[in-house]
Amino acid sequence: MRGMLQRIQRWAERRLPALTRYRRPESLPIELHRRRIYIVPSGFGIGFSALLAVMLVGALNYANNAALLLTCLLGASSAASMLVAFRTLDGVRLSHIRSGHAIAGQSIELTLAFDSSRARNAIRLDLADSHIAFALEANASAQVKLTLPTMQRGWQPLPRLRLWSSWPLGLFRAWSWLHPDQSVLVWPRPEAVGPSPHAPANDARHMRLHRGDELAALRDYRVGDPQRHIAWKASARHDNLMVKDFEQPQSRPQWQLDWRQLGGLDNEARIARLARWLNEAQAQRCNYSLWLPGDEIAGGSGPLHYARCMNALAQLP
Amino acid sequence: MMSSPRRKLAELPIDARAFDLLSLTMALVLGLHSTHLPWWLSIALALTLGWRWWQRRRQSGRVPRWLKLPLLALLTLAVIVQYGGIFGREPGAALAVGLLILKLLETETVRDVRVGISFACFALMTALLFDQGLIATVVVALGLLPALATLRALEPGQLPTSLPRSLLPALALSTAALPLALLAFLLVPRLSSPLWGAPSPNQARTGLSDSMSPGNFTDLLTDDHPAMRVNFEGAPPPADLRYFRAYVMWNYDGRSWRYVDARHVQARETAAIEVGSSIQYQISLQPTQQRVLPTLDVPLQAPAQARLQPDREVMADKPVNDQLSYQLRSALQYRLQPVLDERSQRLGLRLPTGFNPRTLALAAQWRERYGSDNAAIVQAALNLFHDGGFRYTLAPAPLGRNAVDDFLFDTREGFCEHYSSAFTVLMRAAGIPARVVTGYQGGYWNKYADYLLVRYSDAHAWSEVWLTGRGWVRIDPTGAVRPERISLGAAAAAGDQLAWYRNDWLQGLRNRWDIVNRWWDQGVIGFDALRQRGLLTPFGIRDTDTATLGVLLAISSVLFIAIGLAWALLRRQPRDPLRGALRELERKLARKGIARRPAEGPQHYLSRAARALPGQRGELARLMRSYLELRYAHDEPPTEPLRAFLHAVRDFRIGNVVK
Repeated sequence: MRGMLQRIQRWAERRLPALTRYRRPESLPIELHRRRIYIVPSGFGIGFSALLAVMLVGALNYANNAALLLTCLLGASSAASMLVAFRTLDGVRLSHIRSGHAIAGQSIELTLAFDSSRARNAIRLDLADSHIAFALEANASAQVKLTLPTMQRGWQPLPRLRLWSSWPLGLFRAWSWLHPDQSVLVWPRPEAVGPSPHAPANDARHMRLHRGDELAALRDYRVGDPQRHIAWKASARHDNLMVKDFEQPQSRPQWQLDWRQLGGLDNEARIARLARWLNEAQAQRCNYSLWLPGDEIAGGSGPLHYARCMNALAQLP
Repeated sequence: MMSSPRRKLAELPIDARAFDLLSLTMALVLGLHSTHLPWWLSIALALTLGWRWWQRRRQSGRVPRWLKLPLLALLTLAVIVQYGGIFGREPGAALAVGLLILKLLETETVRDVRVGISFACFALMTALLFDQGLIATVVVALGLLPALATLRALEPGQLPTSLPRSLLPALALSTAALPLALLAFLLVPRLSSPLWGAPSPNQARTGLSDSMSPGNFTDLLTDDHPAMRVNFEGAPPPADLRYFRAYVMWNYDGRSWRYVDARHVQARETAAIEVGSSIQYQISLQPTQQRVLPTLDVPLQAPAQARLQPDREVMADKPVNDQLSYQLRSALQYRLQPVLDERSQRLGLRLPTGFNPRTLALAAQWRERYGSDNAAIVQAALNLFHDGGFRYTLAPAPLGRNAVDDFLFDTREGFCEHYSSAFTVLMRAAGIPARVVTGYQGGYWNKYADYLLVRYSDAHAWSEVWLTGRGWVRIDPTGAVRPERISLGAAAAAGDQLAWYRNDWLQGLRNRWDIVNRWWDQGVIGFDALRQRGLLTPFGIRDTDTATLGVLLAISSVLFIAIGLAWALLRRQPRDPLRGALRELERKLARKGIARRPAEGPQHYLSRAARALPGQRGELARLMRSYLELRYAHDEPPTEPLRAFLHAVRDFRIGNVVK
């Protein structure tokens, strides 16, 4: 049954694009106007009109003109509420969409900015499984936050979102489909466990260069120390010889995360591993650089750098 | 696919504002119905409502079932005990209001509120079955405001407002809908006969009754609701001729006078009449649930759907359950039944035997004294009432078996019923054919709108005696006791027995207010199928049938929808004179084939235009510079340069283009 409904819907979207929700993606800003706002009575509206019919027949039957007047007033108010429902959506503008960051499988946070020249109440927004209601003040922008589930890394186009309202009485339901031509970038999901990035770089890191340029400390003379390192003046004040200890400065570790070092894995596994390393590096606040095919990101740190690296990972083919 | 989230929406809990508004709506419904509900039920329901409101303020949640079900049973039981059933107008309305209040006990979700509000709208309408006066209708219509405001409060995501302010949009919506509502009211085809049983005539106000026994006018004489309104063609008759006949009663059983419908006895011919002068008038009668149509004095013929009775009373074919208007011509100077037939003579003299011996003796004594001079006997009786120490009061002492004897010789106090009854008995005893007539007398002449308002309190009873050569002559014995009863009306005659609220200035206000009521009764309540058919008479269509009405309704609805759509589609662009001027310039240039491309800025566009129009190069460059200056150098373009720019654009002409 449900499958058939969906088939019918797909067919209708293909064949009757004007009537159905099908709209090609369009660029922001999107302004709602009469050609794209649809309106039907809600279930409550149908029930209420049945009640109005009962009241009408009753008033006519008992020739009670006061009751008839009341029924007419209620009916006319209901009809007028349809126009109000239309006006609630007419002229609403979706000006821009900002997205947060999320890794695949998590929900990404979207911020949609709506504005309008009039104040409006009770506009509702459905996007995938999230529903939200908001009001717009005149000549002001409303930031509507909602979440969108993500499946896999990379650019994910925004689905159609439905803006609807049953304002003011809930008797009519006006709606419009928006299909912004916009995508959100979903970061790759890091692998759960795996080797640490240190291994390939270990030897280089632990090589101690004794011949540095910087005077680190004075220490006792040991056999084999070069004569020219002896600090004669300092030694004169002590009982034994002091040697100037020159060392290469022990720098903060620079992680060089390199696509090429991860041979033997397929692309997605490489990406997942790099993502995990990026997370670790970010957690340890160290400096890291990332080399990817077609993209090389020099060393750096901080959330912006992290985001840049993750974006690059996410966009890998 | 879409239904599951939507179903969840209807199950959402409601907030305090929606519940407050719902409680307000229900309180209003209860208040409107409390006029006919038994007082203990009203109080019990009001307490239930108040308790529920207080309870939910403290903690939201449904009332437990063990409390709800007994309350429901109790309500049904109470209605059955009070009314003896649950069907009919009163018990039905009581049950509906009770159920509505009980619905509040389980109201927690959006759906509950919607059901409650729909039901409340229906209950509001049923209040109009009891009273469709102007004030009641306006109050009921105001009851729609909290109902509509409740529905609004259900919608999530609103800008916050206060409770009183949340009623305003509902008022605006109903006001905007009012023209359409009035139009629909005018044009919805009325039923000429009801689809199912007409409402049971269970009106508390009965008007005149077809029998008269001493004391049964008392309620009527203190009821100053309008009974009918009369418009005269030309000047109204003088106050002492404003007698409206309803029932002519021949039959007396010693206690009460009774009207006998001509359908039930061997028919007599309609009494002949010789007319001196007559008057044309129109009466609009409030519903009485009776067939009798009061007429001014003696009518010449019956209106449509009514028949003239032998004594020239008018009986409608059906009881008057709704307001009814009828046109009549009546005689003011006349001789009614100049020749009395033998049967009428017998009827007019018949008295029950074994009653009122002292009265009979007095009549015999008069007959002896005045011989065959009937007029003198009539005068003697009137003199008795005038000089015999009789008193007019609405609260007379009770009378015994020989009611007329007791009245004439002992109590000597009473009102029109007593006087007309005693007088008629006296006349019959003296051998003068006489009968009792009931109806209305007097009324208030509303000089602001030129009509006569007759109230139930103007009900009156008098006598008619048959005198040779004059026919039936109206004799009002009450007038002998209290002349002001005839010239000023019942209220003046009753003197200080009347309540404080009947004092002069208040009465004046009430009389003026009656103009509005009359307009309402005639224009709205009385707008029936017949009046609707004559709706288009001013436009030359004498009979507007249902099909025409339907077409009219459709056409005018479309008209209203068009107006509504125009409003809905109206988009007020923020006025920007600078932008408008640029648009104008674009139009002028576009006519010469230089249209602005969608992605083209003003600078690029105007430079391109300047290149294309060498003749206007300088001018276009100037325009471009001042546009850029006005647009981008300030937040708001300064007034004077803006005006100069607008002028420049308006005066801009394009010469011949050489391409």
